[in-house]
Amino acid sequence: MPDTGMSLDEISVLLVWTAVAIYTLAFIAYAVDLARRSDLAVKAKDAAQVQELVGAGAGGQATTIAAVREQERRASSEVSAAPAQRPRYLWARMGTSLTVLAFLFHLAGTIGRGIAAERVPWSNMYEFALTGTVLIVAVYLGVLFRYDLRFLGSFITGLVVVLLGGAALAFYVIVVPLADPLKSVWLVIHVFVASLATAFLALAFALSVLQLMQHRRERIAVERDINGGPRFLRTLPSADALESLAYRFAIIGFIFWTFTLIAGAVWARDAWGRYWGFDTKEVWTFIIWVLYAGYIHARATRGWRGTRSAWLSIIGFIAVLFNFTIVNIFFKGLHAYSGLS
Amino acid sequence: MSNFPSDGSEPLRPSDHASAPNEPEREPRTPTSPRLGVVGWLRWGWRQLTSMRTALVLLLLLAIAAIPGSIVPQRSADPNGVVQWRTDNPDLFPILDRLQLFDVYTSAWFSAIYLLLFISLIGCVIPRTKHHWKAMRARPPRTPARLSRLDDHLERRVALAPGADAEAEAVAAVDLAEQELRRGRYRVERYDRSGVASVSAERGYARETGNLIFHASLVGVLIAVGAGGGLTYTGQTVIVEGSTFVNSLGLGYTSFSPGRFVDRESLPPYTVTLDSFDVSYFPIGDTGQGQPGDFAAHVTTREPDEEPQEETIRVNHPLEIGGDRVYLMGNGYAPVLTIRDADGEVVRSEPVAFLPQDDNLTSLGVIKVADGLEEQLGLVGFFYPTTGVLETGAYTSVHAALLNPILTLDVYVGDLGIDDGTPRSVYTLDTTDMDQLTGRGTDVESLELTPGQSVDLPDGLGSVTFEDATLTGTPDVVPRFVSLSIHHDAGVVWVLIFAITAVLGLLAALFVPRRRMWVKATVRGDELLLEYAGLARGEDPAIAAAVTDLATRHSGMLPGVIDEDETARRTPADVD
Ligand code: HEM
Repeated sequence: MPDTGMSLDEISVLLVWTAVAIYTLAFIAYAVDLARRSDLAVKAKDAAQVQELVGAGAGGQATTIAAVREQERRASSEVSAAPAQRPRYLWARMGTSLTVLAFLFHLAGTIGRGIAAERVPWSNMYEFALTGTVLIVAVYLGVLFRYDLRFLGSFITGLVVVLLGGAALAFYVIVVPLADPLKSVWLVIHVFVASLATAFLALAFALSVLQLMQHRRERIAVERDINGGPRFLRTLPSADALESLAYRFAIIGFIFWTFTLIAGAVWARDAWGRYWGFDTKEVWTFIIWVLYAGYIHARATRGWRGTRSAWLSIIGFIAVLFNFTIVNIFFKGLHAYSGLS
Repeated sequence: MSNFPSDGSEPLRPSDHASAPNEPEREPRTPTSPRLGVVGWLRWGWRQLTSMRTALVLLLLLAIAAIPGSIVPQRSADPNGVVQWRTDNPDLFPILDRLQLFDVYTSAWFSAIYLLLFISLIGCVIPRTKHHWKAMRARPPRTPARLSRLDDHLERRVALAPGADAEAEAVAAVDLAEQELRRGRYRVERYDRSGVASVSAERGYARETGNLIFHASLVGVLIAVGAGGGLTYTGQTVIVEGSTFVNSLGLGYTSFSPGRFVDRESLPPYTVTLDSFDVSYFPIGDTGQGQPGDFAAHVTTREPDEEPQEETIRVNHPLEIGGDRVYLMGNGYAPVLTIRDADGEVVRSEPVAFLPQDDNLTSLGVIKVADGLEEQLGLVGFFYPTTGVLETGAYTSVHAALLNPILTLDVYVGDLGIDDGTPRSVYTLDTTDMDQLTGRGTDVESLELTPGQSVDLPDGLGSVTFEDATLTGTPDVVPRFVSLSIHHDAGVVWVLIFAITAVLGLLAALFVPRRRMWVKATVRGDELLLEYAGLARGEDPAIAAAVTDLATRHSGMLPGVIDEDETARRTPADVD
C-alpha cells in the first residue's frame, strides 16, 4: 500500500465502511432472493394446475392443506440438508458470497483496530459494536455449514448494517489508552462471551419472528386462504420447525449469557470489591437472563409453547439491544465505559 | 411425545408441563367447590404455587420488578444519586420512597416475588428429586409391541442361512445390538419372547440430574448470598504516604458497615502501611493526554508472628490479607499543613487529605482547629497540583501531576459546631456560626501558598505553613493519600461453587439428549425382521440420526442383510 499517511486506525475505519457497503449489497441480494423465491411460487401456479395435488417445487402454489404441509415438511428437511444438497437459489448464493466478502473486510477492520489500540478491540461502545457484529456474522456463516438458514440472510445483514453503520457514525472514538479498571483478563473473557451470546440470541430472535409470521400464515391457510400470507414464507419450514431451531440457538445463547453473568460478577469483585451490587448494567444483565429463563420455561409450559414463548424470545432480544444501546448511553452506573462523553 | 404411554421412568413434571397428557385435571379447578376442606385448599394452593405457569409468571414478574431499580437511583449502589434525586424532585420523592423505589432490591414487593419463586422452586424440585432417584434405579421399560408407530423407526431384513436356528439367530442379533447400545452408554434390558428377541435401552438420565442440580444450585446461591451477607463487613479508610492503617474499629476505619453477625471486637489483626503511591500520566500531546493509569499503592503489611511483607495494591488487584480483601478505591493529595499560634508554637502539623473535584485533581480540603488558638479556626482550602488560570482569573488545575502546586485557603473563625458532640464530616465545614476572614465575599484575598511557604493568618491569629514534605522523607513535595476499601465476604466461595454447579447442571440439562432405543428381531419364516426405533424424551434434534446410525452399524455387523434400499422411514403401511 502506498504511503497515504493513514494511521492503522484510519485504515480500519475505511475497511469497516467498505464492509458496511458490501453488507448492504448482500442485504439487497438476500432480499431479492426472498422475493424471487415467492416468484417461483407464482410461476409454479400454472404447473400446479396440472399437478393437482402437490405444489411443484418449494414455494409452489398449493391447493390442499396436505400440500401446504408437504411443502413445509420439505422445507424443514432442506434446512438440515448438507450444503451440496441444498436448493440452488442464485440470489441467496450471491448474498452469502457477498456476506463472506464483507465479513473479511469487517474482520480485518476489527483486528486492525485491535492492533492500533494494542489491546482487544472491545473496550468501548464503538469497539463492542465492531466485535459484536463480527461475531454475529461469524456465527451466522458458521451455522450455514450445519443448517441452511440463508432465509435469515437479509435479517442478519440488515441488522449488521444498522448496528455497524450506526456505531461507526455515532459511537466512533479515537484510540485512547485503557482506563485502569478495564485492565483485566475479565475484559477479554466477559465482554467476548457476552458478544457471542448476543450473536446466538440474534439468530434465535430472527427465527422467532419468522415463527410468528409462519404461524399466522398457517392459520390463514387453514381458515381462509390456502395461499395467503407473505409468499416467501411458503419456502420456509413450519412454525414448529422454526420454533425448535430458535430454541436450539437460544439455549446456546443462554449458556453463554449465564457465563457472562458469572464472569461479570467475578470481575466486579476484583474491580469494585463486591460481586454483585445491582449496578444498572448488572441489573439489565440479570433481567435478560431471567427473561430467557422464562422463555425456556415457557417452552415447557402448556399453553405457552409456540406463539407466547416466541414473544418472550423476541422481548429477550429487544432487552439485549436495549442493554447495549440505551442503557450504555443514558443510564447512570459504574459501567461507564462507552468511551462517549 | 405424548403419543406414548407414560411409565415410572419418565421425569416427574408439574401437571401443566407441556409434555403432560391432556387429561382432565383430577382435582377441582376452582377452590369454590364446597367439598374442599382446609386440607383441600392447601393442596390446591400448593399445586398452583408449584405449577409451571406460576414459576413462569413469577420469573417474568421478577424481570419486570428489577427494572425500576435501574432507572431510579438506589441507596445501596448510588446514595449520592438518591440525595440529588430528592433535591431535584422534592414532591415526588416521598411517594417513591414510600413505594421503596430507592431500595428496590430489598423492598417488600421485590422480596415477595423472589421468595415465592424460590418456595415454588423448592416445592417443585423436591418431589422431582425423589422421583428421579427411583427412576435412576428402574429398568428400561418393556419394548412396545408396535415399534412402527414411533416417528423414528427403521427396518432391516436378514436372510437366514438354510438350516439355521432362527430363534437363536434372533437372540444373537439382539445380543450384538445390546453390546452396541451398552457401548453407547445406554442402560439396557432384554425382553425376549419366543420368536421375538428385543432389547430396550435408555440413556440421558443426566439430563434430569442436571436440571435438578441446576435448580438446587439456584437455591444454594440464594442461601449463600443471604447467609454470607450476615457475616460480611465492608469498611473504608484513608491513609497518607508514610502512615499506617490498623484493622480495628476504634483505630482504623473512617466508616464501617458490618453484617448482622459480625463480631466487631475480633477483626483479624493486621496493619497496612502506605510506603508510596505511584501513578503515571499519559504525556501531553498523546491521545489520552493527562489520563492517569497504572495506579499502584506500595504497602508494607504486618500480621502477628509474621515478617512484614511488601505488597502492591492495584485496581483489579486487591490485597488479600487476614481473610480480608483490601481495594484501592481512590487517591489524591494530602498537603502537610502546620498551624502555629501567635507565639509561634505549633498547634498542629499533619497531612490533610484533599478530595479530588475533577480529573486534574483540583482538590478541596477542610482543616478544623478546635483548640490551641484564641478562637476556633476553620480553613477551607483548594489545592491545584498544576495551577492554571481561567479567563475569569480563577485558578484551576490543568494536570494531575505536581508540576506547579498552589494551595489557597479561606479562613473562618467562630464556632465549629463540634463541641456538643454532634458528628460532623471531616470533609465539610459548617460555617453557620463562623465569620469568614478571607476569600470571596470579604475584602481580604484568600491565603495562597506554595510548598515550603508560610503566611500569617489574619487578625494576628498565628501562621500557617505548607510544608515541603520531601524534607521529611516523602518522595514528593506533597504526599499522596489513598482511600482503601476493606471487604470481608464470608459467603463468596459458596456463591461461586453454586454458580459453577448451576452452569454444569445447566449444560447437562440442555444438551444431554435423553432417549430410548429399541432393537427387536422377529422371526419371519426364513428371514429375520430387524426393527430399530428411538423415542426422544424432551428436546433431541439428533434422534433420527441416532436411530439411523444404530441401524447402519448394527446391520453392518450381520451377514445376509437384504434390500436395504427399500427400507423406508415410517412406511405408510405401518401406520394403523
Ligand atoms: C429461580 C427460578 C428458576 C429459574 C432461573 C429456572 C430456570 C430454568 C432453566 C434455565 C431451565 C432449562 C434447563 C432445563 O431444561 O433443565 C429450567 C427448566 C425447568 N424448570 Fe426451572 N427455573 C426456575 C424455577 C422453577 C420452578 C419454580 C419450577 C417448578 C414449577 C421449575 C421447573 C422446571 C422444569 C420442570 C424444567 C424442565 C423443563 C423441560 O422439561 O424442558 N423451575 N428452569
